[in-house]
Amino acid sequence: MLSLPRRRFLSSALLAGGAVGFSSSMPAWARGAMAGSVRKGIDEVSGSSIDLAIGRGQFSTGGRSGHAIAVNGTVPGPLVRLREGQDVRLNVTNNLDEDSSIHWHGILLPFQFDGVPGVSFPGIKPGETFTAPFKVRQSGTYWWHSHSGLQEQMGHYGPIIVDPAGSDPVAFDREYIILLSEFTPMHPHVIMKKLKHADGYFDYQKTTATDDRKLSGKERRMWGKMRMSPTDILDVSAATYTYLINGHGPADNLELLFNPGERVRLRIINGSAMTFFNLRIPGLPMTVVQADGQNVMPVETDELQIGVAETYDVVVQPTADKAFTFVAESMDRSGMGVATLVPRAGMRAEVPALRDPPILTMADMGMAGMDHGASGGAPASGMDHSQMDHSKMSADEMAKMDMPGMDMSGGDGMAGVDMSGMKMRDTSMLPSDVKVGPGLDMVSMNAADRMGDPGIGLDKVDHRVLNYKQLAALIPSTDHRKASRNMEIHLTGSMERYMWSFDGQKFSAVSDEPIRFAYNERVRVKLVNDTMMAHPIHLHGHFFELVNGQKNQPLKHTVIVQPGGSASFDLTADEPGDWAFHCHLLYHMHAGMFQIVTVASQSGADA
Amino acid sequence: MKSLIIILAVGVSAPAMAQHQGHDMSMPGMTMPAPKAKPEPKPTLKPKPASVAPKPALAKPQAKAAPKAKPAKIQPGPPNTVPTEAPMVMDHGSMDHSQMDEQPAMADMDHSTMDHGQMDHEAMDMPGNDMADMTAPMADETPPPEAGRGPARAADAIWGAGAMSGSRKQLAAENGGMKTLWVMADRAEYRVRDGKNGYLWDGQGYYGGDIDKFWFKSEGEGNFGEKIESAEVQALWSHAIAPFFDLQAGVRQDFAPRDRTYAVIGIQGLAPYLFEIDGAAFLSDRGDLTARFEAEYDQRITQRLILQPRAELNLAAQDVPELGIGAGIDAAELGIRLRYEFAREFAPYIGIEQEWKVGQSARYARAGGEDPSVTNYVIGIRFWF
Repeated sequence: MLSLPRRRFLSSALLAGGAVGFSSSMPAWARGAMAGSVRKGIDEVSGSSIDLAIGRGQFSTGGRSGHAIAVNGTVPGPLVRLREGQDVRLNVTNNLDEDSSIHWHGILLPFQFDGVPGVSFPGIKPGETFTAPFKVRQSGTYWWHSHSGLQEQMGHYGPIIVDPAGSDPVAFDREYIILLSEFTPMHPHVIMKKLKHADGYFDYQKTTATDDRKLSGKERRMWGKMRMSPTDILDVSAATYTYLINGHGPADNLELLFNPGERVRLRIINGSAMTFFNLRIPGLPMTVVQADGQNVMPVETDELQIGVAETYDVVVQPTADKAFTFVAESMDRSGMGVATLVPRAGMRAEVPALRDPPILTMADMGMAGMDHGASGGAPASGMDHSQMDHSKMSADEMAKMDMPGMDMSGGDGMAGVDMSGMKMRDTSMLPSDVKVGPGLDMVSMNAADRMGDPGIGLDKVDHRVLNYKQLAALIPSTDHRKASRNMEIHLTGSMERYMWSFDGQKFSAVSDEPIRFAYNERVRVKLVNDTMMAHPIHLHGHFFELVNGQKNQPLKHTVIVQPGGSASFDLTADEPGDWAFHCHLLYHMHAGMFQIVTVASQSGADA
Repeated sequence: MKSLIIILAVGVSAPAMAQHQGHDMSMPGMTMPAPKAKPEPKPTLKPKPASVAPKPALAKPQAKAAPKAKPAKIQPGPPNTVPTEAPMVMDHGSMDHSQMDEQPAMADMDHSTMDHGQMDHEAMDMPGNDMADMTAPMADETPPPEAGRGPARAADAIWGAGAMSGSRKQLAAENGGMKTLWVMADRAEYRVRDGKNGYLWDGQGYYGGDIDKFWFKSEGEGNFGEKIESAEVQALWSHAIAPFFDLQAGVRQDFAPRDRTYAVIGIQGLAPYLFEIDGAAFLSDRGDLTARFEAEYDQRITQRLILQPRAELNLAAQDVPELGIGAGIDAAELGIRLRYEFAREFAPYIGIEQEWKVGQSARYARAGGEDPSVTNYVIGIRFWF
């Protein structure tokens, strides 16, 4: 099964423009000094004791240049390659002049080694080395990143691959890491301030008097009345970001070699701070075999949207002796990361143009299903509404429909967008444990389960797009208990103030009121998104099962909750200790969308 | 193992979609006129009735496995979709609610908020949601006692409470407790009026967190070579009272035309339709009550070219002759400025502004040899950091 070399992905670093300078046996980063330029990843480290050193350097790509934080001298940092069942010691040395940390994203381990300062450990002081010793008890594709401040944005991240102890159920001949991220010459604290001070600061795709967006005047006024922007898809855009694949910007010509006919496994990791990507390889279908490091029943698709911090492994089998472009288009379509799958170095395929930027829909406003146009007369029996998704209709389409359920004074066909009678912030619909305040600017009127949604902007493409409902675990869960408790967590925010929170309370207000679970408790958690942004919600130290209608619910560590919608998961809380639980959009987390989950020990005490 | 990858080829089923009609909205907070007939939306796929009538209340809903179909090339659809028993909850997604109003066995459910005459399909079309969601929103159940209570302190036992406390404070401060400084010159302009060259500044800024801020404002104007006409500074406490509005209170100090101190209370924020508004009442140390209301609107022509209409209205509760203020409407301004944002923070502009003194104020102006109606031609810079 593994007849061909599996580690040839390193060739990507060699092929790409970045210089490889490995002359000294004692590289600069190991000595703590790293004034020079940062190499582009990805090296590899493995074994029973692995050293990682965090330092600074200068990073450049495609005309943009700025400060970076590099680990072992590269951005991204090295691949940490482990084997299921092994004992490993991860030794992290902080050569910065500020505290740092590494969180092993998706890795099951004792909580005190999870790497979140203020939750699992005190952080790593400048000049100190922190060691995380643990037994590796899983396999799959994961990643690591800083959990200190906003360091992750500056390049402090890298991939993890854990090879299975036994045979790999995924068959492939060659594999590559595809680590997606962003580079910005702007300091992340400056980005945070811009977001606080100017709503839409990075959005240069706003509606204007001269745009050609498919929005009627009435719809534009509706958005204005709501004081919301239909183009607020991602908070930070290509206006400052260059999208990277394995550290390489589009100008860096990253090549991934293959021999025609080979099954190529792409281990795709979204290690970006703020960017969802639409992934596709024009002309080449992708077979999804793993999500968040957990094997799934293979699903073939043509495109998939990957949320921040998610991973997908896909297998492609290019048979033609030609190049294929791997496109990672940012969800707001302001830019893209590009790599080329090539049978021979130097070959190129066409790079598709950026598609038109999407605009938010009624469903994104939490009005899923309200954009129905139909009479109250005889309902046809045998209808299956679950298979239909009207929620993705744009307000424009909706405007053409008659909406008997809504206030329709005019009846001029445009009445559907009449917002009178609809409340964007009906706080009576919130449970009492959600705090209502200036940090909550919207309440989803109908937070429909949007697990079947392919993601913003992908509902109308003319090819297959992956959605969560298609994911089924390859190995059935061992916990068949029904949840003994339901929990509902509201994702809340104020776009204008750039406040983000759970249940209306920023972490700074509830840092001593964690979400608590008994040991081994089975809980169904419903995440309700009362905002117009998609949030990738990540729970540390656990895998939860997406409640997606599949018998074998897929395991994930991060779930996207679509705007105005909801997503549910079943959690078996069997990893004692304190764990971070947060939106993985870096600046949302930093604004307060963070909580601590405490799982009691078997004895009932805190771990 | 290649076989596994091939499985997908047969695992794709065409989603069963059917036409639908007859959805009435009975969502709280919405008005519900009588339904009227309308052509239903066109189905994009051929109808394929696939659902089953609901069983009596709270029984497991039967849901047939979607029939496996040949590999569908184009249609995404949910493959492998086998919506079987979802534990604890009823899978409404695969139920046909159209017959629900004839199911007395559903009586266990709280239908108080539903209109059975016009069964609301949409509100119920929430696979994976349980019926509790259909009624009044409820707070979460409390965790069992075995979950423990109090703050999360597991790491203290390993690293020591002392070692953890600093990082805990920092984490809370960083994740939501951020304070920022913002300074803006909304108008910093040179102007020509009545053949004279003049200037105007109008700036503000704050330092603080999301809810409470120290807010400062300053504005003034005059003609070059003459005594400054007006100059004021405000120091305010600004408190967020709603998603888009702050309540502001503090003091205003005028340096021209005369030194005078005022108490200030006002509201600043973003009104529906994206009007930036700022309204405040001022009570002077002489007991005079005045008020000022300003509104601005940004109309984007392109991503960087922005037309900004602006209006200002000054009111007074009494005559203040020494300041040229008459009771009632004192003065009004209407202006329009066209700016180009080289960066969001830096935008030169040109514009025109008309000022009127009204009523008694106009009479004061005329008595002082001034024209109560003045047109300004302006060029300036809007910037912030």
